[in-house]
Amino acid sequence: MLDKNGIATRIAQEVQDGQYVNLGIGIPTLVANHIPNGMNVEFQSENGILGMGPFPFEGSEDADLINAGKQTITALPGAVYFDSATSFAMIRGRHVQLTVLGAMEVSSTGDIANWKIPGKMVKGMGGAMDLVASADNIVVAMMHTNRAGESKLLPQCSLPLTGVACVKRVVTNLAVIDIKDGAFHLVERAPGVSVEDIKSATAGKLIIPDSVPEMNL
Amino acid sequence: MAISKLVSGVETACMGVEDGMTFMLGGFGLCGIPENCIEELVRLGVKDVTCISNNAGVDNFGLGRLLQGHQIRKMISSYVGENDEFERQMLSGELEVDLIPQGSLAERCRAGGAGIPAFYTPAGFGTEVAEGKEVRDFDGKPHILESALTSDFAFVKAWRGDEAGNLVFKATARNFNPMMAMAGKITVAEVEELVPLGTLDPNEIHTPGIFVQRIFQGDSYEKRIEQRTVRPLNN
Repeated sequence: MLDKNGIATRIAQEVQDGQYVNLGIGIPTLVANHIPNGMNVEFQSENGILGMGPFPFEGSEDADLINAGKQTITALPGAVYFDSATSFAMIRGRHVQLTVLGAMEVSSTGDIANWKIPGKMVKGMGGAMDLVASADNIVVAMMHTNRAGESKLLPQCSLPLTGVACVKRVVTNLAVIDIKDGAFHLVERAPGVSVEDIKSATAGKLIIPDSVPEMNL
Repeated sequence: MAISKLVSGVETACMGVEDGMTFMLGGFGLCGIPENCIEELVRLGVKDVTCISNNAGVDNFGLGRLLQGHQIRKMISSYVGENDEFERQMLSGELEVDLIPQGSLAERCRAGGAGIPAFYTPAGFGTEVAEGKEVRDFDGKPHILESALTSDFAFVKAWRGDEAGNLVFKATARNFNPMMAMAGKITVAEVEELVPLGTLDPNEIHTPGIFVQRIFQGDSYEKRIEQRTVRPLNN
């Protein structure tokens, strides 16, 4: 079973040289720490930076330089700042090639819910609806089950949706799962996790191929 | 000679604000917010206002200051997760809230300032956001019709500005400020540094002064950091 850094390590393998990538808040942010040296990737944060670097050294943080999670960051050589309309032109116009974001629920038809629990948590969708509606390649990073131990991979989402039929791949603490033809397809399992474990933690229809390789981390 | 937008200070800059008006306020989180204008709105005590802003500040800073005094009737935002008082007022029904996707919020402000009444976007199709909105397919993909936003006042914050109202923003403090500057009937710009005409390179101005009606030199910027994340200095 993977921890959050393990999930980020596996998702980093989805990133290709030359891509512009938007990383959401939480586990997705960790993906940046696992990109191999020498690979040319630029991280976009929707509040208005392309070429986002690591956190600043202690003492050199700048209140005017943050990411979409409101964390202080740095800008790498070649970075650029822009306004929010330009930022979402990059996203909506499909200039950002890969989006990694978290989710509360994902359905076997690729729907995603991650912005609201009616009557309980109302934080808002931020940029998530724009991101999932337009990105060609969306990878969801999440735990396979919620705190109550219930599956987050469902036949259909019970929470208000963020987007419909948009998620193609999910990486969890247990598995890599693709979504196509209205079903979850098991692609890889996490180290030490059995197909049976994944099956019992997946509420939606799960297609299991004859051989399911372990992740190569 | 340039048309002067310069006013003496925040009191003059905010003259004419009234109860029930719609305000736009630039900023992302606490980054690039018009701190001086927000304090003046608190001092003036205007009530029943609608605020269009990406976020709602934190409990005791930014728009949270206006929420404390129950001055806001309605918020139009994309993300409000950092403010307990906001959540309390919303769940109790005291505060009306319209949550909209961030890119749609930015584009609705831009459209409002650019004379475009509405546009189609894929964001939000199939979700609560699309309820009651026209849906139309383009290239086989469904889009929803989103209308433009304008405001009685837009309050923006820039790094540097001149008497003509030209503005330059710093780093990610730019965010919603340029679009909101375009969409205010009266746009008030507060700047950290007011520079003499001719100082700003015309090649590098982010917001042309035509979008700004009043500009003043702000002071006492607190510039709070919401999430201070750092690397240790050793080695």
